[in-house]
Amino acid sequence: MRNPFTVRPGERPGPVKAAASYLIVCALVIGFFWLSLLQVGVALDFGFVAQYHVRILDGLLLTVQIAVGSLVASLAIGLPVAVGQGSRILPVRYLCDVYVKLMRGTPLLAQIYLFFYIVGTAWGVENRLVAGIIILSIFSGAYIAEIVRGSLTSLDASQLEAARAVGFTRRQTLRYVVVPQLVSRTLPALTGQLASMIKDSSLLSVIAVIELTQTMQEISSATFNLFGTYLFLAGAYLALTLPLMFVSRYFERRLDYAHAD
Amino acid sequence: MRMQIEGLAQRFGDRAVLEGIDFDDEVTTLAIIGPSGGGKSTLLRILGGLLAPSAGRVALDGELLPADEPGLERYRASLGFVFQDGGLFHHLSARENIALPLRAVHGMGEVDAAARADELLDRFGLAGEGDKRPAQLSGGQRQRVAIARAVAPRPRMLLLDEPTSALDPEYTTEVLDLLADLKREGTRFITVTHEMGFARHACDKVAFLCGGALMEYGPAAEVFAAPKTPELKRFLGKLLEWSV
Repeated sequence: MRNPFTVRPGERPGPVKAAASYLIVCALVIGFFWLSLLQVGVALDFGFVAQYHVRILDGLLLTVQIAVGSLVASLAIGLPVAVGQGSRILPVRYLCDVYVKLMRGTPLLAQIYLFFYIVGTAWGVENRLVAGIIILSIFSGAYIAEIVRGSLTSLDASQLEAARAVGFTRRQTLRYVVVPQLVSRTLPALTGQLASMIKDSSLLSVIAVIELTQTMQEISSATFNLFGTYLFLAGAYLALTLPLMFVSRYFERRLDYAHAD
Repeated sequence: MRMQIEGLAQRFGDRAVLEGIDFDDEVTTLAIIGPSGGGKSTLLRILGGLLAPSAGRVALDGELLPADEPGLERYRASLGFVFQDGGLFHHLSARENIALPLRAVHGMGEVDAAARADELLDRFGLAGEGDKRPAQLSGGQRQRVAIARAVAPRPRMLLLDEPTSALDPEYTTEVLDLLADLKREGTRFITVTHEMGFARHACDKVAFLCGGALMEYGPAAEVFAAPKTPELKRFLGKLLEWSV
């Protein structure tokens, strides 16, 4: 009988096989944390969940709102920047380039502080939630610009020539060839980016946006239950990001027309 | 179809790829042969309305090649172009590759376009492959789909740019067989090709393009039996060196 824990290169494991191996992985991970908890002698207590469930839910909702709002805004930033990076007008090209490098090369935490306390104060952005969404959008816009630029450069010139040859107009080429191919190349990465933004939004707690992390920090200091609250916090983020990662992987497989499946 | 070419030239920077091409004849099936870099594909792309020539005039059936984009779009739609490789849209199924231009460019209804696509797939030995995307097909199947897409709107002429040069020998035969069938049914085509047997036996006329100039032109049998220029003699001699 073949080894139930191995696959040949390129083979997709069946559901039973996958489940068995996942079970082992989960047992290992949970076991490791369990042992660690035993070592430090901490007993976990999730009693606060029932007590604070309204606030937790509010925080969770705000986190999702921030992430989705920022995704929309960062798309609005990232798309023109991706195009601008290929601009023939040099100041435009360099501006886009500098923007991407600055955002990707500095920590989000520094950006949040600098933007909120200097730029935000100077220009009268006082609403913390609005400021948070703007900061996160500017940060994430740089990553989205890179994602889009990557798929723009991977667009095959022969596809455009074929589109002309069958008699498509420019608009039809855009509609029937360019956009579908771009979407299928960016959608998996964009879904992954949304997962990152959910995580990154936790840093907005430093400017006291009461999203999930800030909520849990407050609960933690009220109940003195550091381990319980943070373990729950991690679990809550995973509950949001894991499905997105699966969706991203699904898009990747579904839209990968370059490979047989 | 009458094809007239006058003083056609194509330069990229200061490099002349085509120079002083003149031609005036009825074209039914024409093979363009010649060494690599001789300007064959460039000429075909000009004829297909995909590349604007640097100088000269081209007319099909007395109609000048349009200079404006809308005119060129109509012109391209009246022809069928088959590329060496990669001409199919990666993200569409074989059926959709054929049906989409029929709907979007030729104004056919959804049902009619799908029926026409299936009819051609069936006829070209691709029944059951309609739902596959190009990456899931063999090279020969891909080229047959590309030819199906090109003939689907019943173009006045097919233009084929080395349709078999990216294929393994067994696939080459299936594509050439298909073209020979199309010829018997009266389809007109111009093909750039390295398959000399095909040029000689399946095409009525042959044009030999070398160094950007049209060196020889005539009935296939004559051109191959009695090459006049030293360039063509050398070219054919080289090809024969390793033939069986």
